[in-house]
Amino acid sequence: MITFSIDGESVSAQPGDTVLRAATAAGIYIPHLCDSEGLEPYGACRLCIVEIEGRRGLPTSCSVPVEEGLVVRNDVDAVNRVRRMVCEMLIADHPLVCLSCSANMNCELQDVAAFLGIKGSRLRRTVRKPILDESNPFYTRDLSKCILCGLCTRACHELRGVGAIEIAGRGFDSRVAAPGDLPVRESICTSCGECVDRCPVNALWAKNETVPPTSLTRTTCVYCGCGCGLELGTRGGKIVRIRGDKANPSNRGSLCVKGRFGMDFVSSPDRLTVPLIRRHGVFEEASWDEALDLVATRFNAIKAEHGADALAGLSSAKCTNEENYVFQKLFRAAIGTNNVDHCARLCHASTVAGLARAFGSGAMTNPQVEFEYADCIFVTGSNTTEAHPIAAMSIIAAVEKHGATLIVADPRRIDLTRYATLHLRQRSGTDVALFNAMLQVIISEGLADDVFVERRTEGLEALCDCVADCTPEWAAPITGVPAEQIREAARLYAAAERGSIAYSMGITQHTTGTDNVMALANLAMLTGNVGRASTGVNPLRGQNNVQGACDLGALPDKYPGYQNVEDADIRATFEAAWGVALSPHNGLTVTEIVSAAGCGGVRGLYIMGENPMLSDPNLNHVQQAMEDIEFLCVQDIFLTETAQMADVVLPAASFAEKDGTFTNTDRRVQRVRAALSAPGQARDDWAILCDLSTRIGYPMAYDSPATIMDEIATVSPIYGGISFARIEEVGLQWPCPDAEHPGTTFLHADTFTRGRGKFHATPFRVAAEEPDSAYPLLLTTGRYLYHWHTRTLTSRSEGLEAICPPVPIEIHPDDAAQQGIADGDIITVSSRRGTLRANAVLTERSPRGTVFMAFHFHEGAANLLTNDAVDPIAKIPEYKVCAVRITTAAVTDDAVSPVQEKQKNQGAAGLITTPA
Amino acid sequence: MTFAEIQTRAETASHTFFDSHHPRILIGASTCGKAAGADDLLGALPGHLEALGLNIEVSQVGCLGLCYEEPLMELHSASAPPLLFSRVTPERLGDILATYYGTGEGDALATMGPQAHGALPPFEALPMLHGQVRVVSRNFGRIDPENMDHYIARNGYTGLARALAMPAEEVIEEVKAAGLRGRGGAGFPTGLKWEFCRKAESEQKYMICNADEGDPGAFMDRSVLESDPHSTLEGMIIGAFAIGASEGYIYVRAEYPLAITRLEKAIKQATDYGLLGDNILGSGFSFHVKIKKGAGAFVCGEETALLASIEGKRGMPRTRPPFPAHSGLHGKPTNINNVETLANLPVLLERGASAFTANGTPKSRGTKTFALAGKIVRTGLIEVPLGTTLRRIIFDIGGGIPDGKAFKAVQTGGPSGGCIPPDLIELPVDYERLAEAGAIMGSGGLVVMDEGTCMVDVARYFLEFTQVESCGKCVPCRLGTRQLLQILTSITRGDSKPGDIDLMLEVSHAVKAGSLCGLGQTAPNPVLTTIKYYRHEYESHVNDRCCPTHTCEGLLRYTINPATCTGCTACVKVCPTSAITGERRAAHTIDTATCIRCDACFQTCKFDAIMKT
Repeated sequence: MITFSIDGESVSAQPGDTVLRAATAAGIYIPHLCDSEGLEPYGACRLCIVEIEGRRGLPTSCSVPVEEGLVVRNDVDAVNRVRRMVCEMLIADHPLVCLSCSANMNCELQDVAAFLGIKGSRLRRTVRKPILDESNPFYTRDLSKCILCGLCTRACHELRGVGAIEIAGRGFDSRVAAPGDLPVRESICTSCGECVDRCPVNALWAKNETVPPTSLTRTTCVYCGCGCGLELGTRGGKIVRIRGDKANPSNRGSLCVKGRFGMDFVSSPDRLTVPLIRRHGVFEEASWDEALDLVATRFNAIKAEHGADALAGLSSAKCTNEENYVFQKLFRAAIGTNNVDHCARLCHASTVAGLARAFGSGAMTNPQVEFEYADCIFVTGSNTTEAHPIAAMSIIAAVEKHGATLIVADPRRIDLTRYATLHLRQRSGTDVALFNAMLQVIISEGLADDVFVERRTEGLEALCDCVADCTPEWAAPITGVPAEQIREAARLYAAAERGSIAYSMGITQHTTGTDNVMALANLAMLTGNVGRASTGVNPLRGQNNVQGACDLGALPDKYPGYQNVEDADIRATFEAAWGVALSPHNGLTVTEIVSAAGCGGVRGLYIMGENPMLSDPNLNHVQQAMEDIEFLCVQDIFLTETAQMADVVLPAASFAEKDGTFTNTDRRVQRVRAALSAPGQARDDWAILCDLSTRIGYPMAYDSPATIMDEIATVSPIYGGISFARIEEVGLQWPCPDAEHPGTTFLHADTFTRGRGKFHATPFRVAAEEPDSAYPLLLTTGRYLYHWHTRTLTSRSEGLEAICPPVPIEIHPDDAAQQGIADGDIITVSSRRGTLRANAVLTERSPRGTVFMAFHFHEGAANLLTNDAVDPIAKIPEYKVCAVRITTAAVTDDAVSPVQEKQKNQGAAGLITTPA
Repeated sequence: MTFAEIQTRAETASHTFFDSHHPRILIGASTCGKAAGADDLLGALPGHLEALGLNIEVSQVGCLGLCYEEPLMELHSASAPPLLFSRVTPERLGDILATYYGTGEGDALATMGPQAHGALPPFEALPMLHGQVRVVSRNFGRIDPENMDHYIARNGYTGLARALAMPAEEVIEEVKAAGLRGRGGAGFPTGLKWEFCRKAESEQKYMICNADEGDPGAFMDRSVLESDPHSTLEGMIIGAFAIGASEGYIYVRAEYPLAITRLEKAIKQATDYGLLGDNILGSGFSFHVKIKKGAGAFVCGEETALLASIEGKRGMPRTRPPFPAHSGLHGKPTNINNVETLANLPVLLERGASAFTANGTPKSRGTKTFALAGKIVRTGLIEVPLGTTLRRIIFDIGGGIPDGKAFKAVQTGGPSGGCIPPDLIELPVDYERLAEAGAIMGSGGLVVMDEGTCMVDVARYFLEFTQVESCGKCVPCRLGTRQLLQILTSITRGDSKPGDIDLMLEVSHAVKAGSLCGLGQTAPNPVLTTIKYYRHEYESHVNDRCCPTHTCEGLLRYTINPATCTGCTACVKVCPTSAITGERRAAHTIDTATCIRCDACFQTCKFDAIMKT
């Protein structure tokens, strides 16, 4: 601690703090306009000038580091005299429209002027007309209000690594501009809104913020696994403002375009507001009693006739921990089957399987913010800037601020490659060959961390045998990566003091997914890069609460806390806790449930907040299964593609309307809080489930999600110390076994969860379906920044739709040329399983021979094409590799697969009849 | 090759060049010479020589400093003393050559020999040279700047050779002992600056030469680079050795193409000679230099803006700390010195600190170059010991004010400097005394003004410059200079408000005290010094709506003197607004309300009857 004084008042600060930030922390106001958390000192507004005893002139307090005994004078005439004139200059150049300005009462220039007692400006007024740029769908910029504090440009560069805007011109002509003074929409802006958030005078303002909120609610974002803290401003039953929660350790106030601007769905007129029952082929509105009784009756009847295992449930990674707990309890305790799974099967099942085998725990080892302090980051199979934009900020900061080495192994030239020292473009589906060759280099060149291997691991011999012949020269023709690049990557990673691996679906969604994950674990263990800060193997989780849904046992083989259902002792514990006998057998996975539904194995299906009719592979097969199933109940906030096939549809509350917790990719359990009431008769998911359970014959009643969490703590040791009271301000990272435990920042510190880390031999296998003469191109799938999964939420945002309309397919220009395809052409894409239409986007982001589609769009559902072949261990489908052909030939409507057609012909509203 | 061998080789190679009895023609071909027509001479010379049957080598040399006499031509012959001819035109060329190479005489300015030749004084005895001490400019006009042997033959690189044989710390001590201060304007002690950088720990350090000379009216650095590029390069290598830098940049404005060409050649030659590059003179010290062309932003002369520009970023200054000595280019310790500072070093190291301190005042040691411009008889580049008085510079060396007009002010330090009035004509020019007078040394531009200059208009001119050249980052500089310009403009247009003068003082104070970098901190100096020394002129403008020098159009009143008006109606015909009325052969009158002060009547009247007040 350092102690110094400001105007005679003693102030304490941390070394490295600036005088300004120390003053702010101590509650002392030093006027300023261009300083902001997370950004380097800039010194442009010149309002934070102070006198410092023994120093010349008026240094800016934003740039002076605190020193012991510093004597600072802030609120004194000599300083304020200069500040007043500077403030007058700003006012003379600022439109005096305070009353009609969106910043009124919330304007930092007003604060400064008020503090200095400005009564007016004696200076010459400069008359600037509004200089509006309204091109971006989410925000407007008025340069006439701009005070050139540079916060927007710096946030764009320094924090987000984007650099869409800069200051152009000189002197009085200086202005914030995109390159060439083009409208900002035509720049590389990703609409994250960081600039809007930082603007002190609302020269940038969000278009959807028309009135200030009357109430603020701290909660957690519902999109990806980054788990950003949100502050929802509400008024009149609507969200009127969204800000990042600066106190949240994961996002520290930052948000991406979806989090900041993509919440229109909450107030969408398409929200489900009443229960629906299908009668004579069409939906009719019904009462809750009618609907729930019908579900209970049908489920009980199927169970009575075919046994409990004829029923299955898909829980939801979008719902809270408490709801997932109640869901699996409903199926296990009330119904009596372990047939409960959720979409983690489709994203990180191979992570859970692979890391559990290697380390004993399937979660991200280190939190995302620790990327910033890694000295080498190996990113593979993760398009981080689009899929996990906030995690990407830490990766970019590592490179840009601290000079870290970034290695990207990805077939596509993703944005992150802009920062990479090395970009390895392996062919999709050859990751194991690449990793084995890196392992071979590390072993053969003696780069392994022998001490770590000796002390902490086992099974190295099996690995050595497996990779002995996997030289870079062997891997080069398989992967398409030059041998020298493989060597360099291995050396760079092995040489790192703090090497961190980040990966996502590009690794997991393969028939070799589990092997891919174990090969990465091998790399980390071999080089000693586990169990310390800023190291580890870090699977970036996709959904906001996919970590929590797994943690809470929405898995067919695990009770809450990853406890095996086939372990008799554990089962006995749960039987005691829940007061019923439980099924001793593992249940079915998502992919198995869909197959079983098609052949009568599963007759009744309950789906909460999932949309397999777009998200699962080989959609024609899924559609058949959904049509064949005897009884389908869907609980959701919209009438999704899946809900449209249901017998009963139950309207649920969105994340903004309920209390609970989400667990983010950092394993951090964070609060979700109701900011609004649910529309119509929609109810909290947990409340619906409890009601249903009671009707089925197993009464469940909780007075609040907090009570559910208390029960979770008693049955799941990793959540043992977690309660709503403890996570009121900041979340806790599991494992957190007791009420005194501070949570666990990174895993495997002294010992792996399973004891010793285990090396696994992972011999290379080819993908299930390779391109051939009939289907010569490889299709790989993924996501775009501007949409979320099956677009149920993001399609309700006009802005997101405008920036990213359906349905692009990325094709290398050479491949397009071969087929005579031009940029923007509507083309036909076919695989052995389906056919669709898409818009050709010619880009070298795709390597030759590979095309890319996102799976968001029902108008051209990529999963019509994908292969439902699965990984033998994790049962995850191979979304990332299948064979397709592209052609300009006009496709007949008959040939286009039915899911697409159904969407085209029937609007959601047309399916509903309202009782007279 | 040892340095002694390099020297011997250079002396042999340049022997005839320095032999004034070896027939040779030297043409001053720096930018000043070229602007005055040196290229025409160079083009015409072969024809004349052929016509005269002469086979004489022609060499291009740098600037002798007598820019007002350009183009300059120096003739050598075996039989006559060398003569310097001024204002040579292609038309006069044939006669000059024929006469000199025929009789050994000519209508020359001076002899370049040691003694007077008839009525011709030796060059050093010319009034403009008298009182000058040429250290930095020692080679100007005396060597071919593109010939490295010439530089070496005149003791070039001896200082470097000596420095390399010393521990780096001793080199720094020598520079500290000499008291050399930065010649770019701020006057920070060079040795101290080096010491900071030397002590900063890093494997990589940078040595940068700031050749972004941007002051209007200043051309010292350009002259150094064009006339003697190796002296700057040698200084850079010495500095790099002292601080431990292995890489360097010369940041030079793209508007100096000749300087860039000569620097590029100098770098190549020095590399070929083993005086630059790896393992210089076998010392184990390596240093590589690149040239970075600036795009003409005045602010890029500021150290941190210059660094940003080299890094490819927008040229904007940043806050200090951290200082470049700790975190400069690419975050590595970096030392930045101005061209003239570096050009002082070869001699400083060659002759030692004590020789350096022989010139100057206790706090401002050595000599300083100045660019004389404006209303002065002898414009050009001079070098005098620091502490020389303004009178000596302006009147003795510069020859005073042309056309018998009175001296009114001298602006030192360019747009960041201040205007010094006649009362301070005895002011010794050094860092401290100029600052006390409200001006600054700056890089060395001296713009002289005569009695016909309006000081309000001068201030407006300089503010127009700084307002445009402000990088726009910090508020006081971006908006404060704009405010000052707006107020000054309204004063010169006659629509000022009461209190404007005091308001300008307040604004100026805030801009000076509040700005981020030197540009803003000095930008109000022209306003402050003109108000300080010429307040009455401002008051005439504001209170009486009158510009005493009749410079500010907006304040002029045109009237017709009935005593001299002949009623010829010439003015009536040219007046675009029909403001002039009157019968033929009777005195006319001007309606001031209609008059737009276009000056057409004034220029037309043959009888000086139009009066401007």
